[in-house]
Amino acid sequence: MRVMAQMAMVMNLDKCIGCHTCSVTCKQAWTNRSGTEYVWWNNVETRPGQGYPRTYEDQERWKGGWVVSPSGRLKLRAGGRVKKLLQIFANPVLPSLEDYYEPWTYDYDTLVKAPLQEHTPVARPYSLISGKPMNISWSANWDDNLGGAPELTKNDPVLRKIRDAAAESVQLEYKKTFMFYLPRICEHCLNPSCAASCPSGAIYKRAEDGIVLVDQDACRGWRQCITGCPYKKVYFNHRTGKAEKCTFCFPRIEVGIPTVCSETCVGRLRYIGLVLYDADKVLEAAANPDDTALYQAQRACFLDPHDPEVISAAQRDGIPFDWIEGAQRSPVWRLIHDYEVALPLHPEYRTMPMVWYIPPLSPIVDEVTKVAVDPESPESHDVLFAAIDTLRIPTAYLAELFTAGDVAVVEKVLKRLAAMRSYMRDINLGRDPRGEIAEAVGMREEDLYDMYRLLALAKYDERYVIPTGHAEDAHRLEELATDCAVSEHIGLDGRGTEGPFGADSGRGPVPVAIQTFAETKRRQQADEMGRPADRQGGLTQ
Amino acid sequence: MSATPTNRPPAGLDSGATDAVLRMGRFFTKRGTVSGDLRTVTREGGRGADAFYRDRWSHDKVVRSTHGVNCTGSCSWKVYVKDGIITWEAQQTDYPSIGPDRPEYEPRGCPRGAAFSWYTYSPTRVRYPYVRGLLLEMYREAKARLGDPVLAWADIVTDPERAARYKAARGKGGLVRASWEEATEIVAAAHVHTIKTVGPDRIAGFSPIPAMSMASYGVGARFISLIGGSCLSFYDWYADLPPASPQVFGDQTDVPESADWWDAGYLVMWGSNVPVTRTPDAHFMTEARYRGQKVVTVSPDFADNTKFADEWVAIAPGTDAALAMAMGHVILREFFVEKDTPEFLEYVTAYSDLPFLVSLEQLDGAYRPGKFLTADELGDRSENAQFKTVVLDDAAGGEPVVPNGSMGFRYGEEGKGSWNLDLGDIRPRLSVVDGADASDAVEIVLPRFDSPDGAPSTLRRGVPVREVAGRLVTTVYDLLLAQYGVARPGLPGDWPASYEDAEGACTPEWSQAITGVPAAQCIRIAREFAENARETGGRSMILMGAGTNHWFHSDMIYRSFLALTTLTGCQGKNGGGWAHYVGQEKVRPQTGFAQMAFGLDWQRPPRQNISAAFFYLHTGQWRYDTYDAAAMTAATGSGRFAGKSNADLVAMSARLGWMPSYPSLSGNMLEHTDAAREQGRDVKEYLVSGLKDGSIRFAAEDPDGEGNYPQVLTVWRSNLLGSSSKGNEYFNEWLLGTDSSLRADEAPEGHRGQEMVWRDDAKKGKLDLLLTLDFRMTSTTLFSDVVLPAATWYEKYDLSSTDMHPFVHSFNPAISPPWETRTDYQAFHAVAKRFSELAVDHLGVRQDVVVAPLQHDTPDELAYPKGVVRDWKAGECEPIPGVTMPKLVPVERDYPAVYDKLTSIGPLAEKLGMPTKGVVFHPEPEIERLGHLNGLARGGAGNGRPSLARDRDMCEAILALSGTTNGRLATQGWRQVEERTGQRLADLSEGEEGKRITFADTQAAPQSVITSPEWSGSEHGGRRYSAFVVNVERLKPWHTLTGRQHFYLDHDWFTEMGESLPVFRPPLNMHLLFGEPELGSSGEGQVGRDGNPLPGLGLTVRYLTPHNKWSIHSEYQDNLLMLSLARGGQAIWMSAGDAAKIGVADNDWIEAVNRNGVIAARAIVSSRMPDGTVYMHHAQDRTVDVPLAEASGKRGGIHNSATRVLMKPSHLVGGYAQLSWAFNYYGPTGNQRDEVTVIRRRSQEVTY
Repeated sequence: MRVMAQMAMVMNLDKCIGCHTCSVTCKQAWTNRSGTEYVWWNNVETRPGQGYPRTYEDQERWKGGWVVSPSGRLKLRAGGRVKKLLQIFANPVLPSLEDYYEPWTYDYDTLVKAPLQEHTPVARPYSLISGKPMNISWSANWDDNLGGAPELTKNDPVLRKIRDAAAESVQLEYKKTFMFYLPRICEHCLNPSCAASCPSGAIYKRAEDGIVLVDQDACRGWRQCITGCPYKKVYFNHRTGKAEKCTFCFPRIEVGIPTVCSETCVGRLRYIGLVLYDADKVLEAAANPDDTALYQAQRACFLDPHDPEVISAAQRDGIPFDWIEGAQRSPVWRLIHDYEVALPLHPEYRTMPMVWYIPPLSPIVDEVTKVAVDPESPESHDVLFAAIDTLRIPTAYLAELFTAGDVAVVEKVLKRLAAMRSYMRDINLGRDPRGEIAEAVGMREEDLYDMYRLLALAKYDERYVIPTGHAEDAHRLEELATDCAVSEHIGLDGRGTEGPFGADSGRGPVPVAIQTFAETKRRQQADEMGRPADRQGGLTQ
Repeated sequence: MSATPTNRPPAGLDSGATDAVLRMGRFFTKRGTVSGDLRTVTREGGRGADAFYRDRWSHDKVVRSTHGVNCTGSCSWKVYVKDGIITWEAQQTDYPSIGPDRPEYEPRGCPRGAAFSWYTYSPTRVRYPYVRGLLLEMYREAKARLGDPVLAWADIVTDPERAARYKAARGKGGLVRASWEEATEIVAAAHVHTIKTVGPDRIAGFSPIPAMSMASYGVGARFISLIGGSCLSFYDWYADLPPASPQVFGDQTDVPESADWWDAGYLVMWGSNVPVTRTPDAHFMTEARYRGQKVVTVSPDFADNTKFADEWVAIAPGTDAALAMAMGHVILREFFVEKDTPEFLEYVTAYSDLPFLVSLEQLDGAYRPGKFLTADELGDRSENAQFKTVVLDDAAGGEPVVPNGSMGFRYGEEGKGSWNLDLGDIRPRLSVVDGADASDAVEIVLPRFDSPDGAPSTLRRGVPVREVAGRLVTTVYDLLLAQYGVARPGLPGDWPASYEDAEGACTPEWSQAITGVPAAQCIRIAREFAENARETGGRSMILMGAGTNHWFHSDMIYRSFLALTTLTGCQGKNGGGWAHYVGQEKVRPQTGFAQMAFGLDWQRPPRQNISAAFFYLHTGQWRYDTYDAAAMTAATGSGRFAGKSNADLVAMSARLGWMPSYPSLSGNMLEHTDAAREQGRDVKEYLVSGLKDGSIRFAAEDPDGEGNYPQVLTVWRSNLLGSSSKGNEYFNEWLLGTDSSLRADEAPEGHRGQEMVWRDDAKKGKLDLLLTLDFRMTSTTLFSDVVLPAATWYEKYDLSSTDMHPFVHSFNPAISPPWETRTDYQAFHAVAKRFSELAVDHLGVRQDVVVAPLQHDTPDELAYPKGVVRDWKAGECEPIPGVTMPKLVPVERDYPAVYDKLTSIGPLAEKLGMPTKGVVFHPEPEIERLGHLNGLARGGAGNGRPSLARDRDMCEAILALSGTTNGRLATQGWRQVEERTGQRLADLSEGEEGKRITFADTQAAPQSVITSPEWSGSEHGGRRYSAFVVNVERLKPWHTLTGRQHFYLDHDWFTEMGESLPVFRPPLNMHLLFGEPELGSSGEGQVGRDGNPLPGLGLTVRYLTPHNKWSIHSEYQDNLLMLSLARGGQAIWMSAGDAAKIGVADNDWIEAVNRNGVIAARAIVSSRMPDGTVYMHHAQDRTVDVPLAEASGKRGGIHNSATRVLMKPSHLVGGYAQLSWAFNYYGPTGNQRDEVTVIRRRSQEVTY
């Protein structure tokens, strides 16, 4: 047993209102810089929808994550280390700028500077890449709220899967409309395929809290990590020629403050806390040949922080006492382990992701309610349970997201949420609570009630249980790489020649801090605003 | 399931060859330890490269502020500053806790607010004062020639050629930089010239929603008020005011805070897309579901909130009242008639007008409901007996009695101690048949409007009656059952036999035919709503919003909703009742705010106007009403609007004192006073006799007459022309005199009204000066003559409050206003200073007369007993100021002293008190204290008075002078109400009598307010705020005729409209009224600018403008972050079916064309939309990515280019009980939901 601590997140999709505040505060804090205009470390997708970058979940195409070979070995879908080594100068498979979107701005200053003219002045869109006028046709969030449905939605890889699997097609029409939101950040995986893909060994996983970072000094811009990440949450800074990704706001986490996306989450749906796991079990779990077994396999890596054996092993492995305590109070642990309502996103990618999700309940199809409601007992919890089968959101769709297609697991979670509502309604209305409701979903009444408090009241100090970093012990902080680091091992270094997207990084190393605060300041204080063509980009312009 | 089946080989990575490479690697690399499974390498150190992110996270300070943007959010934010630069913002999480067993308010916010700091340094920021180049040249030339700013201004604007030239250039670029000195001099000169020549009431100011930044609103309104200009209303203009609220509750709007949604057991979100429009509050809804709350959404599209609902009621747009009426039918039948529900019966008997008696009137051989029976008709000679309503008392053998609490007890000496809802021994009889004593029944005629084209007709149903004082009477309850079609044995008339009766209003089956909502769903929801209310003691809630409130007949929609919440005893209960959220109208520290903003401390009354009528008249929209007012009346009406235009009714409401109207009278009000003095006459008598003989007229009757229109308009904290200008192209055409895409035809003769003066040569470009203060470029700044660069919300001190939460909190500057920007406070001070200087020579001290309407919450409400209309102009009575016409109030204007008064607190607050909703607060110690806090003004008119030199001084004054933020005043107010009601109330705030919320407190953290008679709910003991709790629990009457919640309204005009009781009225038929193509048609006949038919297949659809996910009104819709998350420019959502009909694909360029204007936008095609309806989300300005339109050859319009103002006559009623005007309280709404448009695919080649 090798005990490690992982800072993890759970998002309760049932509460997500799709407001994108998380995306905006993250972008403002971290990526409103030249080279990262198109980058949203945190994005929110409307599902069904193509996602960002579009169709990223289509691994047949994008080659992200791991696969298990017939011999039972885990290897990168894009090819093993030898293959990567041999192909290091070849174009990696990665989304083109069009698959993200071409960022733009407008010639806003026309509004104030236009001379007397025939028509009312207007600001036109200009590309932040080429500086030329552009026709906006895609964005990071183009199919928001079912915009473009069903034309665009039908290319949703998840939808395609269940359409292919089920004889009946999922209807994308007015009366059958369904949607929900999927906010995404880096998964800070236990078995990160981005790190394993990096020829330079530049991506590392912090030993103390599992946060996955790109070493900006070491990154050589190979972009193999972008291919490797099945979630497409590593981005290429096209000005610096380096990879950048969500940092789990480590400068905040280290001092006990939640990530920007979490603290600003207006839906109050994000939970941050520690999970202890056995690092020795990860490979075996990730190599489980059965996709639908991966959810349980990952859970089996987790260690119960209340188990005395785990506690002593953790202490042995250098995990501070307050971190063990933090793991015991961790809302993430409670939601994954105690209540079993949080599920991993695409476990079949085998990266052992550590941002988990509570799947959304959704409107009950009217027809069902009509039939099912017993006038004598309109609030029977059986009604809610029966309705789970006929939710607007097909459970098969959720299963493709969270359980590699195992509908039974998703249904169990949804029934627990429904049972919580039923159980609490009696209390809310001053009736006697009914223990059989908890029983019906395999829970104790007190657990159902505690889960209600965690999900509904969700007080700040219960949503975020973040022990501070032990700066006094800083010298011991380590990076944990899950990598092949071929270039470092064999002394390779290289530069490509083509453009940054879909072809080659090309430019070789440039300091990451090219878009420094000083530059932002200079530009923002400039008296003249300049035309977009003159600009080097950046959302602040 | 086991994670590691035993029959597998040990897990490994890649292949054996890779293992070999890795093992080799162990020798090549010195750093690090490779794990046993070869999966990981662990190294020490090597983390220096994270310095970049650490550096980025660092900052120098964090400042509390918020956003002033009429979103109701009022969220407190942290603004991060590094090296003097604002870097970004994030939400504060330090709201006071609202209890251990509830979710907290943190972290209120939304993506729009999170994107605000982008504006600070953005290229759309207005950094310097700008003046239209043409005008500036003219001004400089004239001033050089004439040497005097006022004479220079006069020289330009009185020259038709030059004036037309600079006005025609509005909106066409050519703004040039000017200095603050020059810009404010032009502005000051324009004001002085206008006052001098046509009078102060020709000056108007438009700024909305004081709650979103009280001092910034206050300083401008104070300046406008001090000079005698009129402040334009906004809440009614935005159609955010629910007129049903004053009609039913006698209150502007009072609703539960969002945390009270948590208390509801059953929540219907009806036309309110909570995740989008109440983003910071939505979590209370999602979380309350976990507590077992059932959630229902009613919406035409699969709105964002539908995701959270147990049921989606997909309703046809604008038919909400039909569904609510049918739900009412079910509830009345199942919970009142077929079975007694004691909880409901007791509630409606005590708290509604249902038991009150109504006389029946003869009409065409039958009867119709008439007036409330009042005490005078019983021979009661007590004070205000005409305002004391009557019930039958079971305890007195069914005799008529006069219970306490009606309006007759509210005013006058005799009513003291009796204005309460304490019924004593009286047991009001709900129905006339309830008693053992015999009753009769007669047939009454009731209005209906449910034919396919909305044409009025009638139905006949019986009510039980009794004769009282020689009159045939019945109860409101009996009338209500007839209106809702709930049969009882033995009554004559046509009654629906069952729920399945599709013909008889208002059955579920009838509703299904209109709304498309299955009858079974309607019945189910009605039952659940009522049953939940019964079981929980009133915790059923309807959360309603703009989707139902922006219709022409929204008051009828809302009255049908309020019937549901009142019948089921939900009003005045935590977790129950109506929850209307459209607009941030709630200034919690109301009293102090009103004193400061309207200069009530110096002079009273201020001029306050109703914007809908103002713009209806002065943007020429009245000239395009091709239908008469009678088109809106019921078949049960008596034809009193026959031949009258809507503008006739607007003029009449001004003339009768019902509604304000500025400019008021023909001629300069200052000169009228001079003339009267010269003739040795009292100015009031002078004006009355002039009005009587016709030598003086109401300006509203001749809005195009020379000098009868506004000439200076100042807009601040608002993008009027890019956002709320209903009928935007009419604004451009008439008010501004520049290009427009207006396509409508003027009303033909015969439809131009009886009293309105029609001028064929009416002037275009009425405004001489449009001044705007803003920090970003909008349509309003583009069309303005002078633009002053404003500080943003992160650059000033101010106060914020909202409906949604019970806190007041502050704005604070994170940086000083950059470039040449100034706070609104500084800008108005600069204008006022120059104005006062120029006034010395040009104006001096003058005598003004304010033509003031009859006012809500004052004895003016007694002016029109029984709601009987008497028109002095028609000879029906004498014109008597304050009785049959507006009050005429002389006010001295010391123009050179305006700046002194603006910057100090005057003496009237102590001298006359500070009235709010009938309670007068007396602030002597507070004024004294403010002198110490703010310092004293020295010299001039305000010498020795508390200073208002800085924005935070005004914030301090607002807090000190309001009950919600000053426990002494709250308690003083309650004691006053105790005296009137005879009920115990002061305990609601006594515990906090010593509490004073200061500005410094609001800087430290949001502050919970104190329970005050300024509002109707209670925060006492830390409970969540819900409206009318005080009325229900403390028996304080509502501010209505009966003192109870009103189902029935007996004003003449309501009777004429067929709106005495809730009734379903469909959306207006724009085909019949204006000749628009019929819905679903191809829009043939529409022509382009060349007169040829527009190319391409069209489709006529409903045109709805719900609120936008990516903006708050027009704010943020130009913000690059928001544009990047959305579609990058104007867009119109349409269904896949409609798109297919006209060959439109997602993101195609399309045009929307109707008589009002032309819009060129992108299509968003979506299966979430119903066929036949498009959404162009609200307030998409024309500043970003709007091409030239094919249909007009001009720049495409804003969302309001396809709309216009539509006057509803019943909104003009005043002077009668709760139907009395107050600013933003009652008045015509700027509704815009009933519009239709033709959509076409246009050429995909666009030019700009």
